[in-house]
Amino acid sequence: MSQQTTPLGKQQQYYRKKYLRNLPTAFCTGCGNGSILGCFVRAVDALVVGKQLQQRDLLCVSGIGCSAWIPSPYFKGDTLHTTHGRAIAFATGAKIMNPKLEVVVFTGDGDGAAIGGNHLIHAARRNIPLKVILVNNQVYGMTGGQSAPTTPFGVHSSTYQSNPEPPFDLSRLALGAGASYVARWTTYHIDDIITSMQEALLHPGFVFIEIISQCPTYAARFFNEYRDSLSPKERKQFHRNPGAWMLKALKGKRTGKNLGHPRYELTLKDQTIELGVFIREERSTLTETLQSLWK
Amino acid sequence: MKQGLYFVDGGIACAEGALYAGCRFFAGYPITPATSIVKRMAERLPQLRGYYVQMEDEIASMAAIIGASWAGGKAMTATSGPGFSLMQENLGYAYLTETPLVVVDTQRSGPSTGQATMPAQQDVMQARYGTHGDIAPIAFAPWSVQEMFDFTVYAFNYSERFRTPVLLMADGAISYMREPLNIPKKGELPIVNRRSLSKDDPNPDEIFLRYEMPKFGDGHDLLVTGSAHRPTGVRDYSPRYHRATIHWLFEKQKEAGKALQQEGLDLEVHNLDNADTVIISFGAAARPAYKAVLAAQKEGESIGFIRLKTLWPFPENQLTKLVKDMKRIFVVEMNMGMMIREIERVGCQAQVTGIPKVGGEIHHSNEILQKIRG
Ligand SMILES: Cc1ncc(C[n+]2csc(CCOP(=O)(O)OP(=O)(O)O)c2C)c(N)n1
Ligand code: SF4
Ligand SMILES: [Mg+2]
Repeated sequence: MSQQTTPLGKQQQYYRKKYLRNLPTAFCTGCGNGSILGCFVRAVDALVVGKQLQQRDLLCVSGIGCSAWIPSPYFKGDTLHTTHGRAIAFATGAKIMNPKLEVVVFTGDGDGAAIGGNHLIHAARRNIPLKVILVNNQVYGMTGGQSAPTTPFGVHSSTYQSNPEPPFDLSRLALGAGASYVARWTTYHIDDIITSMQEALLHPGFVFIEIISQCPTYAARFFNEYRDSLSPKERKQFHRNPGAWMLKALKGKRTGKNLGHPRYELTLKDQTIELGVFIREERSTLTETLQSLWK
Repeated sequence: MKQGLYFVDGGIACAEGALYAGCRFFAGYPITPATSIVKRMAERLPQLRGYYVQMEDEIASMAAIIGASWAGGKAMTATSGPGFSLMQENLGYAYLTETPLVVVDTQRSGPSTGQATMPAQQDVMQARYGTHGDIAPIAFAPWSVQEMFDFTVYAFNYSERFRTPVLLMADGAISYMREPLNIPKKGELPIVNRRSLSKDDPNPDEIFLRYEMPKFGDGHDLLVTGSAHRPTGVRDYSPRYHRATIHWLFEKQKEAGKALQQEGLDLEVHNLDNADTVIISFGAAARPAYKAVLAAQKEGESIGFIRLKTLWPFPENQLTKLVKDMKRIFVVEMNMGMMIREIERVGCQAQVTGIPKVGGEIHHSNEILQKIRG
């Protein structure tokens, strides 16, 4: 398949050279994962240039799934691509053994909330300084569009004609489990993701950033159902570029401000989803309390 | 602990062996009969500026020690059957990523929760074949409190030397039993440390299929993955790369087997000259087996004894030579007959009889003696 490529601008070349490995992308056209990697690279660069972070101290850990590929193999830095659902547990060992490492976990909604949900809640409770970025594309992407614990009720997935389960609100789950920084964005809100990631990298505690993202390959069909009926024109737009079409659905509307960040509200079918930073608190961390046992 | 003679249980001996070897990270989840190891590690690691972390389950414990190992630490976990089962997927990850670490399984009677507090040797095949895919493990089988210490030290040494997980297949009897323990002075037992990548390494990008191991945070831009990979860590499913990786894992195990034999860690023999009958056993079961051998000798039997110190790699070349002229081989183990399959392969000239025992009890030497008498 021939694809049009736009030449990279100076700034893009800079990021690519400094932070990315020269490998062909595995993501489908229009996938949100590329944007998230782009956001991460920009957030990291701002801190590296500002001398608030050393690139060599960064360790990116991921599980299994499309979202796990965001850092590994693409990010040029230490990466640990682990088993399905267990990234947070691997990251816990690395962070405790060497607290100097700045450990960022990339996980999917299946990876982080289904098979790996137990590790997520315990890491949040422990307030271990891991920065968890959970890509919620509301589906199991890599395995072919099966219903995930985040798939909206009643939509058509590749396993259910009509999904019989209600979805998890993952940010509230993390909040309830004790995460000291929780934010939720969508891939539409690129600037907010970048500032939030910067803040997260400097936050001295457990961070949970949920990014609602688009999987045009498998979730597009149920994004279609978010509208009762599509006009012929809309249908054409959708089929031409489902990724872009989905992004529009992820825009939401601005409702105010919280903790220095804008808040938005998003309606997807009968789900109302709030976006913004929900908590930012400093508490003692597991790495500190473990070392306090040394005396 | 300082050098000296102590009277402790096998769990404490194991923990002290780990610390002697330089272990500074332990992640675990409570389970009988591994609790004495866990408790000791929790108490002692902070004294040595190390870390004990109680994880949410054994899957996480296994994951955490892999993470800690790549962060540069010598790391260990300890569990029993149910936890060992949960560790299998991530243990496979550790084999494929050539991650040095030590896993202790104080075997208890299963399947399932079984006789939770009672000893068995039913996980020896899980150690060999438990994870999916082809692996080539190294597994020790201690039979005394002293060996709980010594073999833990060796387990760390072999894991670092061959860049691989090493298993200590203990059992509930040895881990709870108290016996004298002689803690050697620092330096008396050699300690093997990790080989890092030297500055002028000709292939610094190649981080797999080699013994040197870089760590996180050193600016190597490591690509560590449990997917098939090139030596650089770049994922690649082409047959030649994965074939090379799996062959390399088996190659390392073969080398380890040679080293174990040279160091006398593969097996020990007793009174084999002129014997036409031999008892082969390992771990706790070897204790009554040995006693039975001594009693049978007194009764005039020409009987010898072989104790496996290492289960995997199975010391088959050594054993083939040792049992070549034997007429009868008895295999004493606390399961329905597992290692006997391996022994049948090497001792096919002889009549091989199993003396299995399940139910959470160690054999009585009389039971064994009766079988020998026929
Ligand atoms: C133990 C185990 N079970 C199942 C799988 C198969 N598997 C691979 S990726 C995946 C789903 C990933 O979904 P998600 O985490 O949402 O990531 P996405 O691909 O959507 O980004 C599954 C089930 C696996 N690799 N390991
Ligand atoms: S399947 Fe979906 S999540 Fe995976 S790369 Fe394609 S669009 Fe992205
Ligand atoms: Mg998903």
